[in-house]
Amino acid sequence: MSDSGNGNKRPYALYLGCTIPARVQHYEIASRKVAKALGIEFTDINDFACCGYPIASLDARTARLLAARNLALAEKAGCDICALCTACTGSLTEAAHELSQNPDLLESTNKDLAAVGLRYTGGVKVRHFVRILWEEVGRQKIEAAVVRRLDGVVLAPHYGCHYLKPSEAHGEFEDCEAPHSLDDLIGWMGARPLDYPGKLKCCGGGVLAVDEKLALAISRGKLRAITQRGADAIALICPFCNIMYDTNQKKIETIFGASYQMPVLFLPQALGLAMGFEPRDLGVQMNRVPPRGLLDKIGLK
Amino acid sequence: MAPPDTPQPVLDDTAPAGAIDRRFALDVVSRAGGRQMLRCFACGTCTAGCPVAEIDERYNPRRIIRMVLTGLKDEVLQSEFIWLCAGCYTCQERCPQGVHVAEVMRTLRNMAVEEGIVHPAFKAQAELIRGMGRIYEIEDFDNKKRVRAGLPELRKTVEDIKTLFERQKVNERLG
Repeated sequence: MSDSGNGNKRPYALYLGCTIPARVQHYEIASRKVAKALGIEFTDINDFACCGYPIASLDARTARLLAARNLALAEKAGCDICALCTACTGSLTEAAHELSQNPDLLESTNKDLAAVGLRYTGGVKVRHFVRILWEEVGRQKIEAAVVRRLDGVVLAPHYGCHYLKPSEAHGEFEDCEAPHSLDDLIGWMGARPLDYPGKLKCCGGGVLAVDEKLALAISRGKLRAITQRGADAIALICPFCNIMYDTNQKKIETIFGASYQMPVLFLPQALGLAMGFEPRDLGVQMNRVPPRGLLDKIGLK
Repeated sequence: MAPPDTPQPVLDDTAPAGAIDRRFALDVVSRAGGRQMLRCFACGTCTAGCPVAEIDERYNPRRIIRMVLTGLKDEVLQSEFIWLCAGCYTCQERCPQGVHVAEVMRTLRNMAVEEGIVHPAFKAQAELIRGMGRIYEIEDFDNKKRVRAGLPELRKTVEDIKTLFERQKVNERLG
């Protein structure tokens, strides 16, 4: 539940985007389980469609319009938005920010939205799920929910770029050059957050469709750094980062003649393990690189 | 002869014909994220922190900003490098002059599209979204799988997106 500013609590509509339901259902499964156990209620809005992000390179105005359509749907349902994908979070957050700053833009956007019977007046809050865990659920409740501490486990946090940036649109909720929300959450689970060179670097996913080898070379840097420093897994919060590090890891190993076998967990999967869920309940069997070593460390198979 | 205090053009008129289009710089400056670009003093912080430039020298944001300000319209809009930005915003966050570097890259792509230059990868994504409202297809099989996993079913197509694309004339831009 979120504070809408007028003191009323509004439920969050869960915004899945395109990639999660089609390619990384385990992220959705784990997030819904963890949210429910922590008392976060989600509403599902069947009409949600693309966030606009992939269109921005062709026409930023249409991209913003697609984002605004989702904001209007949430407003109509009396909800704020909880997104799981950082690109969706960024796209919806940027649009909400621009529309809140520019009344003329809001008016022209509404003229377009009228063609599909919608109207946006403003005020829908967009939050990444992990930001809600960190900011709204908070340390006390999360530590109280941890029944299987991840003692001895080393997790390398990977902050998706659009979770934090552009910082102006995100209200600068934490310093994008020195963020610590993921590190904090990892600590609250009892695991150790790994500090490593290139921690804030992009996964390269944004250029995957344009130049695959370049994109994979960008991802490779991080896999190398965290392997050398003894991470048990990466903990990340975006389906596209996951595609780069988990789905494409074998390809990276082949192209660059390396061996990492680095498990990649969504942060809600790691939190779910700490909260006592079984790996299967969190879709861990769908992770491409099995986190066997990590499960061993906490007495699971 | 002009009096000695007449302002002289800033840009060099002796450059090869057709290479420089002065209106291009002003056009970019007037668009989304462009205004701040005039403050660029070419320090190179954008390029130093860029995850793409670190690996591939074809992409150099400092150089691109200088090319735009010089008015090298065709060289910029017809280049492959404008499509190599990963959109991570590191340059934009670190720029000491507040230049919206990442936003300028997006604007340049939009301008290339207006000139009829559409990168095939983005074109393909746009066509999928126009058709279904999403990039990846949700088939009956996916929905069955979702129901088995206790997840709500999803709509296979969202017609609104077609309507909005038509209204924005996206189809014409896609060529």
